[in-house]
Amino acid sequence: MSDSTTTPTSTDTRQPAKSAVSRFLQATELDTRLIGMIGALALIWIGFHLYGQLVNGFGAFLTPRNLWNLSVQTASVGIMACGMVLVIITRHIDLSVGSLLGFCAVTMGVTQVWILPGLLGIGHPLIWIIAVIVGLITGTLVGALHGWLVAYRNIPAFIVTLGGLLVWRGAAFLIARGETISPVDETFKLLGGGPFGAIGATGSWIVGLIGCAAAIAMVFFGRRQRLRFGFALRPVWADVFIAGLSCSAIIGAVLLVNSYPWPKGIVKRYAAENNIIIPEGGLFISHGFAIPVLILVAVAIIMTIVMSRTRFGRYVYAIGGNPEAAALAGINTKLMTVKIFALMGFLAGLSAAVASARLGSATNALGTLDELYVIAAAVIGGTSLAGGVGTIYGAVLGALVMQSLQTGMVLIGFDAAIQQIVVGSVLVLAVYLDNLYRRAAK
Amino acid sequence: MTNSQTPLVDMRNIRISFGGVHAVDDVSVDLYPGEVVGLLGHNGAGKSTLIKILSGAYQMDSGEIYVDGKQAVIRNPRDARAHNIETIYQTLALADNLDAASNLFLGRELTTPLGMVDDDAMEAETRKIMARLNPNFKKFKDPVSALSGGQRQSVAIARAVYFNARILIMDEPTAALGPHETQMVSELIQQLKAEGIGIFLISHDIHDVMELCDRASVMKNGKLVGTVDVKDVTDDDLLSMIILGKRPGEDTPAV
Repeated sequence: MSDSTTTPTSTDTRQPAKSAVSRFLQATELDTRLIGMIGALALIWIGFHLYGQLVNGFGAFLTPRNLWNLSVQTASVGIMACGMVLVIITRHIDLSVGSLLGFCAVTMGVTQVWILPGLLGIGHPLIWIIAVIVGLITGTLVGALHGWLVAYRNIPAFIVTLGGLLVWRGAAFLIARGETISPVDETFKLLGGGPFGAIGATGSWIVGLIGCAAAIAMVFFGRRQRLRFGFALRPVWADVFIAGLSCSAIIGAVLLVNSYPWPKGIVKRYAAENNIIIPEGGLFISHGFAIPVLILVAVAIIMTIVMSRTRFGRYVYAIGGNPEAAALAGINTKLMTVKIFALMGFLAGLSAAVASARLGSATNALGTLDELYVIAAAVIGGTSLAGGVGTIYGAVLGALVMQSLQTGMVLIGFDAAIQQIVVGSVLVLAVYLDNLYRRAAK
Repeated sequence: MTNSQTPLVDMRNIRISFGGVHAVDDVSVDLYPGEVVGLLGHNGAGKSTLIKILSGAYQMDSGEIYVDGKQAVIRNPRDARAHNIETIYQTLALADNLDAASNLFLGRELTTPLGMVDDDAMEAETRKIMARLNPNFKKFKDPVSALSGGQRQSVAIARAVYFNARILIMDEPTAALGPHETQMVSELIQQLKAEGIGIFLISHDIHDVMELCDRASVMKNGKLVGTVDVKDVTDDDLLSMIILGKRPGEDTPAV
């Protein structure tokens, strides 16, 4: 996804005659793809907002309420997209993640609704923890099984996971006996967001400030590291600019989620339960960051570190770039494949927790067609199906783009048929633009 | 070559077959410190297969490998590296999407005390070794797909040299190179030889072998035709070994 290809300035960083823009990009070492994707996202958001304003008389997109909900809706697909990037980088595919999500959701539902209350009593504080762990283990084991079949039994990943798509959906139906399993544990529900599943204004400020401190520390340590080895330093203004930009983005997000208040009804009930008198003009209680969004952010940060700073991540890229070279370099490529699919399964399990918590129940249909959205998110985010190329932030942004399109079209009143046509076309267009970008960058 | 010392590598009676085809059939070769041994033969003669057994890419069906006179078990590339056996493959075996430093350290990354990959330290080391091997090399940040054939070759060679190879396997090291780069590789081979490294050089080019090697082992159809001292034979002798499978001074083919 990069409309930056249409602006000539972003691709000519290596040409001798440098414009101010390319000098700026070179000094800050900002990724032009990232800028392109954020630009595309901004276009989509502003476009939907203006369309709503002009045609329907009300721009609903750029409101705290919509953006907060958008962030929550992105969480489930975004979490899985972080794993799909690794799968696709190593030239595999996982078509089973939607079904696996359903299967994990059902195992968690059965654990916390049918099994544990009988053993521990309803509302026991351990219930949600055990349920989540069961779901994560289920996902990891199924993923590892897929990886083993791919790596050690030489069955193409497409076939293994196509089979998995059917098998795990069917297994979910059998375990759930076709029923909707509810109500889920109250604490478990918080994983899905909602007024109570968010950390409030103070919590959001704390998270935001920690984020800012981390961003500044990264710039600082990066600079010190370059000094240590005598490499060329970024200009001070570029470092300050990057730190400032990161902090503004984080603080902007905090301000946004804090300006979305709880609905009046919930405030009233909450006030009654806690003996708070609602003042004149109503009580403003901020949502703050939703827990599923924080889970997504945590997954994205951890996975980014894994991909760029650990041997595991380095080997993922190496296998994608040249599997034979990776094997000759002594990398156990088969075991890596098992680990990658297991990680994908783990993230599908985590996604299942978020999705079923949000729904407040577990059904065997949960996650239907998610595999397509997850793959699309990774691909829109610049992950190459030819292998070797892809980033975590790209996949998360890709998930956000997909969800923005869907949400936006619902808000402006497009029906489901048109939504599908648009989302499908955007996927193809995104990959085409990406090809153009890569050719121009060479 | 005085053969009184212990050979660096001694491969004895190596056999491997793929689906009934004897790719390598009862072949024995050896290599002494500071020596370059050429491996010659047609395509499919079994040279690369033999060498891939030594580098751990293939596992032999039977036979023995001795390193420094001690029997060595080489089951995978990691085992080979543990014996200081480094290989430069014909395909160079580089991950095109990674930069020079990542390729040089692939499988043996430098890490920080926290166990994180230390890219800056690896780049610094790469700059040091490249300054020695190929001072013109400047593209440290680009993926190796953006490098020329010679630059890619120098990354592959740097990988072997950096990790103190004692036994170096070079599979057609000059096949994809221009004259200047070929010259560079030749000089490097002389330099490594002077440092006491033993080199197996797989080549099609008789002239390369005559110029660079001390001994030459010739293979045909998976079998060893013979091993000769290069200074005792002519180009034609080597050619007839390769083509006819005939040792110098023999009337009938040995194989």
